[in-house]
Amino acid sequence: MKVLSYDPELCTGCYICEEVCSETWFKVADAEKSSIRIRGDGQGILSAVFCDQCGECIAVCPTEALYRDKKGIVRLRKKLCVGCLSCVGFCPQGAMFYHPDQTQPFKCISCGKCADECPAEALTIIDKN
Amino acid sequence: MSKQTTRRVLAEYAYKPSDVERGYTGQTLYVNLSDNTIEAKPVTDEMKKKFVGGRGFDLWLLWHGVKDNTKWNDPENEIVISSGPCGGITQYPGAGKSLVASISPLTEVVIDSNVGGHFGPLLKFAGWDALEIQGKAEKDIIVVIDGPGGRITIEEADNVPVDTHLVGHWLINEMAETEEDRYYMSTVSAGTGSEHTRMGCLNFSLYDRKRKAPRFKQAGRGGIGTVFRDKRIKALVVNSAPVRGDSNHPADPARIARAGTKLHKEIHDHDDEQCRMRRRGTSYLAQIMDDYDLLPVHNYKFGTHPDTPKINGDVWEARYTQGLPDGCWYGCTLACAHAVDGYTLRTGPYKGEQVIVDGPEYETIAGCGSNCCIFEPWALLEINFYCDTYGIDTISFGTGTAFVMECYEAGILDQEKTGGLELNFGNASAAVELLHLMARGEGFGKIVGQGIRRMKTYFAEHFGADPAFLQDIGMEAKGLEYSEYVTKESLAQQGGYGLTNKGPQHDEAWLIFMDQVSNLLPTFEDKAEALHYFPMFRTWFGLCGFCKLPWNDTQPPDNAETDEPAKIPEHVQNYVDVFSGVTGQEITKEDIIAMSERVYNLQRVFNIRLGHGLRDHDNVPYRSQGPVTIEEYESRAERYDKQLQEILNLAPAGMTTEAKMAALREYREEQYEKLKDAVYERRGWTENAVPKVETLKKLGIDYPDVVAVVEKHL
Repeated sequence: MKVLSYDPELCTGCYICEEVCSETWFKVADAEKSSIRIRGDGQGILSAVFCDQCGECIAVCPTEALYRDKKGIVRLRKKLCVGCLSCVGFCPQGAMFYHPDQTQPFKCISCGKCADECPAEALTIIDKN
Repeated sequence: MSKQTTRRVLAEYAYKPSDVERGYTGQTLYVNLSDNTIEAKPVTDEMKKKFVGGRGFDLWLLWHGVKDNTKWNDPENEIVISSGPCGGITQYPGAGKSLVASISPLTEVVIDSNVGGHFGPLLKFAGWDALEIQGKAEKDIIVVIDGPGGRITIEEADNVPVDTHLVGHWLINEMAETEEDRYYMSTVSAGTGSEHTRMGCLNFSLYDRKRKAPRFKQAGRGGIGTVFRDKRIKALVVNSAPVRGDSNHPADPARIARAGTKLHKEIHDHDDEQCRMRRRGTSYLAQIMDDYDLLPVHNYKFGTHPDTPKINGDVWEARYTQGLPDGCWYGCTLACAHAVDGYTLRTGPYKGEQVIVDGPEYETIAGCGSNCCIFEPWALLEINFYCDTYGIDTISFGTGTAFVMECYEAGILDQEKTGGLELNFGNASAAVELLHLMARGEGFGKIVGQGIRRMKTYFAEHFGADPAFLQDIGMEAKGLEYSEYVTKESLAQQGGYGLTNKGPQHDEAWLIFMDQVSNLLPTFEDKAEALHYFPMFRTWFGLCGFCKLPWNDTQPPDNAETDEPAKIPEHVQNYVDVFSGVTGQEITKEDIIAMSERVYNLQRVFNIRLGHGLRDHDNVPYRSQGPVTIEEYESRAERYDKQLQEILNLAPAGMTTEAKMAALREYREEQYEKLKDAVYERRGWTENAVPKVETLKKLGIDYPDVVAVVEKHL
């Protein structure tokens, strides 16, 4: 299963990944619509929040809108989603996001666009078994 | 609906579903089964401003629909169903309730009952803020509300089953072509037991996508299922367009989402260490109540029993299927609506069938279990399933059976009178058989199905029983059977049950811990304030479409450090945010109480209009206040002796038990009368429990017909 991987030692905090992600999926540069969020602790230590495809959200979804695809990626069937945001509150990583413009949540599906564009090579797509 | 009906259509109404705007569709649906009228009524600004929705709309429509002398089985009696402006939002846990109101066959006044399941929200998304059913059909019928098809029909229903689990499957087979068609359909149904008892309940369905089966939640209290079958309704059916996160078209979705995701996370982080509602629902309460001597045992004689662990939460946690999102509406992550899957029935008409049992929840466990001294899980599953499918309220059945069992052991009843049933406490098989008899309306079951109030009269008239003793041990008030808490040591909760509009149901106030355990209500004024605030606060849930449980069955971790932890201030603020976010009407936490006061006072006036609702109608059986029998007194003699000594300055050592009981009774009954005075004053009522005209004016409900009712009693 391909998942995103992040190396804080390499990250420069340029936030290009957030812009790339929201441009890719929402056609707008808006960090609040990104499925990866770079966070700082105020002391210069950076971290990233994104889905590791653990799948805990699947069990809490009341409509079976969340599922694991053949490649192991946790995805959302928009046709079934009722926008309850249960998955947002129950994600152990805090990596299921929502935006006031959307009635449905969104998450990283390991598309790799952010990794392609990361100038510091802090983001990569790796195989996780 | 996907499939064309072959049933005879008695009436048809074409419509275009109104868009939902800020929680309202702006119209209610009126159906008259006597003359097959179907019509839309507008929701006025006055209705929204004064009565909000849900139970408020139910009462307003019912008030205008019935006469002063309407009885439960008169054609003009109505069944009204409404969810409320917040009903149907998916982001905040517990926001899919329906409220049902009617004139009750048990109490002969207005009953309101709240219920989960999908009907109320889907009714709104099919274009209606409320459904008002009046009249009586000549033959069995169903009413079908097809939102996407823009069509409402009254159809003959000879071939539609009556028992609820069959109705649920019938709907799927008859009306849904694809799996997805099932998602946005819901039924209301009753059962054969509703036809033959006064304690009929309504079952509201939801389609459980993971189990791929319909499930049912119950509007249990007060016999609305009986009214339903008296009107010859077999089922109400609704379907709507697919539900989406914005189907309720709220004014400020982001505000709702913030409150909702915060609560989802709180439940995720803390439920396992708090109530474990997600794993065992309300069943955990049995042992807690037992620990505090509050669990009804032997018809409320006692509050504890050594066998309680056999029916406590961990037993049910092992039986409930785990890991499923068991909310009764989308987005309820508290998910208390658990079920036992694959239970094989041992008795009755469906013996041998494997079924889903929706529950058991605490009230069923305590009422049909400990209160009847039945500690066998199979029996509770059997009773739970059959009560639901027969359309019989588990609370009235449990409390009624406990009463019958005490009468049996007291010699008032015997096998000859019960038709051969050995109704000793603990006889699970006899209790199950009694339930089947009640559903068929046969033999002793027909008598029990009339409820405790009528059984008292019957046992006195036909079996020569002492009416005073029956009054003391028969746990009903206003004609409604008690729900499952022992209140002897909490005066506030005696009022919580007695000083109600509909009868002794704990959804108005549950003050036992505040009063008895934490001693936070030491004075009459404190108790009166609590018996004002909490009934009003809890009423508000039913105006909006909310469930009470996510208010205080999950708590912020720092709640105990707040000024008023019993009110759960952070969650009250959530409700302010969600209501304001839905309606666009900015409210405060004080407004919550004011909204409820209008509806609560209208309901009290309604009861008075129907010939009840006065001070004497708030009386309670002595079993709820103190020990009725010598056995009961002596089981807690140390406690009672101490009270006689410390409060009444008596010397119990030199008194007989009878004398001690009499002294305690005089004191406790006097306390209850003082409580009435304090509560009526706080609520703005006269000493006779009549809302004063100035109270009605202050609340803005001094309509001429409302004032005319109270003026007769001033």
